[in-house]
Amino acid sequence: MKFSESWLREWVNPDFGTAELMERLTMAGLEADGLEAVAGAFSGVVVGAVAAVAAHPESAKLVVCEVDDGAASHRVVCGAPNVAVGMKAPYAAVGARFEAADGGQREIAARAIRGVESAGMLCSAAELGMGEDAGGLLELPADAPVGADIREYLALDDSSIALDLTPNRGDCLGMLGIARDVGAMLGIAASQPAQAEPRVSIADEFPVRISAGAECPRYLGRVVRGIRLDAQTPLWMREKLRRGGLRCIDPVVDVTNFVLLELGQPLHAFDLAKLRDHIDVRLALPGEKITLLDGGEQQLAPGTLVIADGAGAVAMAGIMGGMRTAVGEQTVDVFLECAAFAPDAIAGRARAAGMQTDASQRYERGVDHQLQRRAMARATSLLLEIAGGAAGPVTEALGELPETRHVTLRFANVHRLLGVAVPAEESRRILTRLGFAMLAENSEELTVEVPPHRHDVAIEADLLEEIARIHGYDKLPLAMGLARQRMGRAPARRIGLGRLRGHLAALGYQEVITYSFIEPGLAARFSEADTEAVRLLNPISSEHSVMRGSLLPGLVQTLRHNVNRQREDLRLFETGLAFGREAGGFRQQAMLAGLIAGAREPRNWNNARDAADFYDAKGDVESLFGIGGRIAELGFSAAEHPGLHPGQCARVELAGEPVGHVGALHPGLRREFELPATMLFELDLDALRRQSLPAAREPSRYPEVSRDLAVVIGEDIGAAAIEGAVREAAGPWLASLRVLDVYRGGSVPAGSKSIALGLTWRHPSRTLDDAEVDRIIGSTIKTLQKQFKAFLRN
Amino acid sequence: MPEDLDELTAEALAAVAQCGGEKALEALRVRYLGRKGLLTARLKNLGALPADQRPAAGQRINLAKSRLLAAIDDRRQSLERESLDAQLREESLDVSLPGRRRPGGGLHPVTLTLERITRIFTTAGYEVAEGPEIEDEYHNFEALNIPANHPARAMHDTFYIAPGTVLRTHTSPVQVHVMERGEPPFRMICPGRVYRCDSDLTHTPMFHQVEGLLVDREVSMADMKGTIVGFLRAFFEEQVEVRFRPSYFPFTEPSAEVDMSCVACGGPAQAKAKACRVCGQTGWLEVMGSGMVHPRVLEMSGVDPSQFNGFAFGLGVERLAMLRYQVGDLRLFFDNDARFLSQFN
Repeated sequence: MKFSESWLREWVNPDFGTAELMERLTMAGLEADGLEAVAGAFSGVVVGAVAAVAAHPESAKLVVCEVDDGAASHRVVCGAPNVAVGMKAPYAAVGARFEAADGGQREIAARAIRGVESAGMLCSAAELGMGEDAGGLLELPADAPVGADIREYLALDDSSIALDLTPNRGDCLGMLGIARDVGAMLGIAASQPAQAEPRVSIADEFPVRISAGAECPRYLGRVVRGIRLDAQTPLWMREKLRRGGLRCIDPVVDVTNFVLLELGQPLHAFDLAKLRDHIDVRLALPGEKITLLDGGEQQLAPGTLVIADGAGAVAMAGIMGGMRTAVGEQTVDVFLECAAFAPDAIAGRARAAGMQTDASQRYERGVDHQLQRRAMARATSLLLEIAGGAAGPVTEALGELPETRHVTLRFANVHRLLGVAVPAEESRRILTRLGFAMLAENSEELTVEVPPHRHDVAIEADLLEEIARIHGYDKLPLAMGLARQRMGRAPARRIGLGRLRGHLAALGYQEVITYSFIEPGLAARFSEADTEAVRLLNPISSEHSVMRGSLLPGLVQTLRHNVNRQREDLRLFETGLAFGREAGGFRQQAMLAGLIAGAREPRNWNNARDAADFYDAKGDVESLFGIGGRIAELGFSAAEHPGLHPGQCARVELAGEPVGHVGALHPGLRREFELPATMLFELDLDALRRQSLPAAREPSRYPEVSRDLAVVIGEDIGAAAIEGAVREAAGPWLASLRVLDVYRGGSVPAGSKSIALGLTWRHPSRTLDDAEVDRIIGSTIKTLQKQFKAFLRN
Repeated sequence: MPEDLDELTAEALAAVAQCGGEKALEALRVRYLGRKGLLTARLKNLGALPADQRPAAGQRINLAKSRLLAAIDDRRQSLERESLDAQLREESLDVSLPGRRRPGGGLHPVTLTLERITRIFTTAGYEVAEGPEIEDEYHNFEALNIPANHPARAMHDTFYIAPGTVLRTHTSPVQVHVMERGEPPFRMICPGRVYRCDSDLTHTPMFHQVEGLLVDREVSMADMKGTIVGFLRAFFEEQVEVRFRPSYFPFTEPSAEVDMSCVACGGPAQAKAKACRVCGQTGWLEVMGSGMVHPRVLEMSGVDPSQFNGFAFGLGVERLAMLRYQVGDLRLFFDNDARFLSQFN
């Protein structure tokens, strides 16, 4: 809502300036977030009267005028197409000053234009910074006092103030409401513009009925015959409209727009000659269509409220009129509509149809259902005054008027909820000024009737807000509340996410945050062929149209972005939800994913430039599970994953349950995206966060015995299988087992590999002797020979 | 070999003084002082002397032995010193060469900000609650007093997964879930990703919010103001000015926008003079929304509004991160350019 400050001051005129007015509006909940001067900065421009117009000797486009400024007559060269003898227009005399937008000053001087001396200039609206119109002189009313300063005459030392209103304050989408709120803030009553009943000079009526009574509480119609659409809307109204952000169209539109700005009541005018039979306010019929004023054809959804005549819908009620009954140049007789529609009947309809109009904006927030007679009278008077014509009586049809709401305020609650003692008298005064009628009052409470313009007030909390905002939120004290103390929680079996993140950061990983919606093609590269992605119905773009089923594509995408910016050696991680479909709904699984690209170590004087490989990623996965003390339960088994290298991919298992994957980015994807060697892992975050509670044992006081063991086995046998068999055979006192070396070639036959293991034993309560350990080694070797055809390597 | 003890001693001392290694030194010790050493032998031969000469001769031999022993010790120490010095010379490094270091990673500035906010509130006794990002319309809207077609829905440009299923537009639905499941009092914050169908210079279709809720028996708007002012001052570690401006949210009544004095220019008094771009020269930054929980919201979640009331607030994490770390462009957070992110490590 944009309005002229001086217009507001006609209603209620506080003794402070624009800046404070805006501040006060903002602090009362009507956020003033825009301020514009209504005209450019200039001086020395007066009302001039064109006394004579003569041809320019050198130019067919220019004329030479005699301009009277009340003191003298000046010869002025002018090129405006509308200049005419007798017209009044702004005259910038020699010495007038204009300030450009960049602050530069320009002074009007006498100068020759195509050989004719011109003392000053006649101005268009655009030249005075009063809008866009540069097509001709700004024509001033015939009664404009010649010689008067134009700034004073047109009240140009004014501002357009824009309010960013919250959806509950539809009542302030008109000067009436803004003035009422400002009055309440200042503790004074706003004055109302003089209101006269228009003269009814003809008896013509057009029949009106309401079929949808719940949706339309009230509908007023009036016939006005014999108007002149070519009449000029007076400058004062054009200026108020312009300063309110509305364009001038014709007297009918201008008058209805003026009443819209003044009272917040939308009106619509139909061409009476084009209306058939009667007006019916009803719901749209199945399949019904309408072509709107803006030329758009609308298929009317079921439940849409329409204004219809005998031949069908002529308007989407409260949103926009239809083309068939539009007022046009040929229109002589109009039918004025002034109605109240239920907010629920309008809300969402305009948005669903991709429209927002001044009318729908007001109706969906709620228009006072008792305002229509006043608005109709105001509009009729103005229309008759400007465009002539003769008005008929008002035809009124009633639907279901909303029930009046009564709300009780307990004074004790004011203190309890606001934390400050607002005196009862002040609460009463605030509500009264805002238009609430006192129904009952005692020392404990008061009961008010909610005025029909306040659709947002229904319960006590709403009254408390009114009192708080007018009293001033800034006057409420600061308190910290009293709450019973409660012991904190320190869950030992669940690792804080911060711990995991910190661990990864220490391992050199940079956290990233990527969008949860990704490109479907990329998503598909990382998901099984038969999975159905979770799609957005209204994505912001096709690159962001499916919910990620995995965090890996986002990391790979981030790597591409960085590789394109010459950053190749990266470790990245992200935590967040991965989405999918599952029986009865959606899978929303918290995951942690990591990526290692490029070199294992940064290029340095003493580092080998080895590319990171599978075991770097696997090692970091192990290290993550190590935080929760769960390495012993961790397992890796060769697996396949659509985005990963089929020969370098493992399923991660925790206590036998799959909890994620680790592997190299599939070489096909790597080539396609032109990426360095890239390792990836993705883990179920919940599994990762489970921590076992340590149960301590006393360390053994007896010495360890160590033996190394190298065996040759077939290439197809995994290290984990050997490890498992050794653990089994090595008895209960095995303290540690490490894979020391994997060797191929030399004395090792082709198709085989040698694995060296380092074993350490320790007994809790005695010293192990060598013979005992030798026996264990012997039986371990036998087991390996039997299970894997392994033999000892020398 | 000299017969004379003095000569023998002089010879031994000279050999010690010239000795160049610890092994040779040990050999000298054995040669003169060992069990079969030359000086040791003199002692053994004392018996051959007449009894009255034995004590004097023995004393001379012992004196010679101890002189030699002291000389050997001195020489050993000086040899050790020399060898250590040689080792030190040999092992000295160019300490100005760079260390062997893997560059550290780091956390995303949004995470840093979230963790900071969380720490401030959990220290004050708030619990952290999380919830789903694909949400049903009931929990995202209806349960928060935003019925279908309500104009407030236009404030939330909603992504739909299916009719009735949305990407949550705020984290308030988490509060509803917690209230539905638990018993008051409640004191919690709900951090997380939220989604709105909006993308331009100052909006990304995904961003992070922290919403807070306190429900108890006697809670006033003054408590809300104190809590929010306390939080902002803790977060920015400055005595920022805070103003509460009446506003509208369907789930709170009364509602307030929270403006904070601009941390870039210092507030309204300086904003114009410094031509502050951060606050658009108003001196105020809109940082949070807040309000007293609407009784209907409590009721719908199974909390008796005649017994309990409370306040709620919501803030944009990226907004606070931008202010805290002087980030000028929101979109940098989701570009994930390593050069941008590593500045926070």
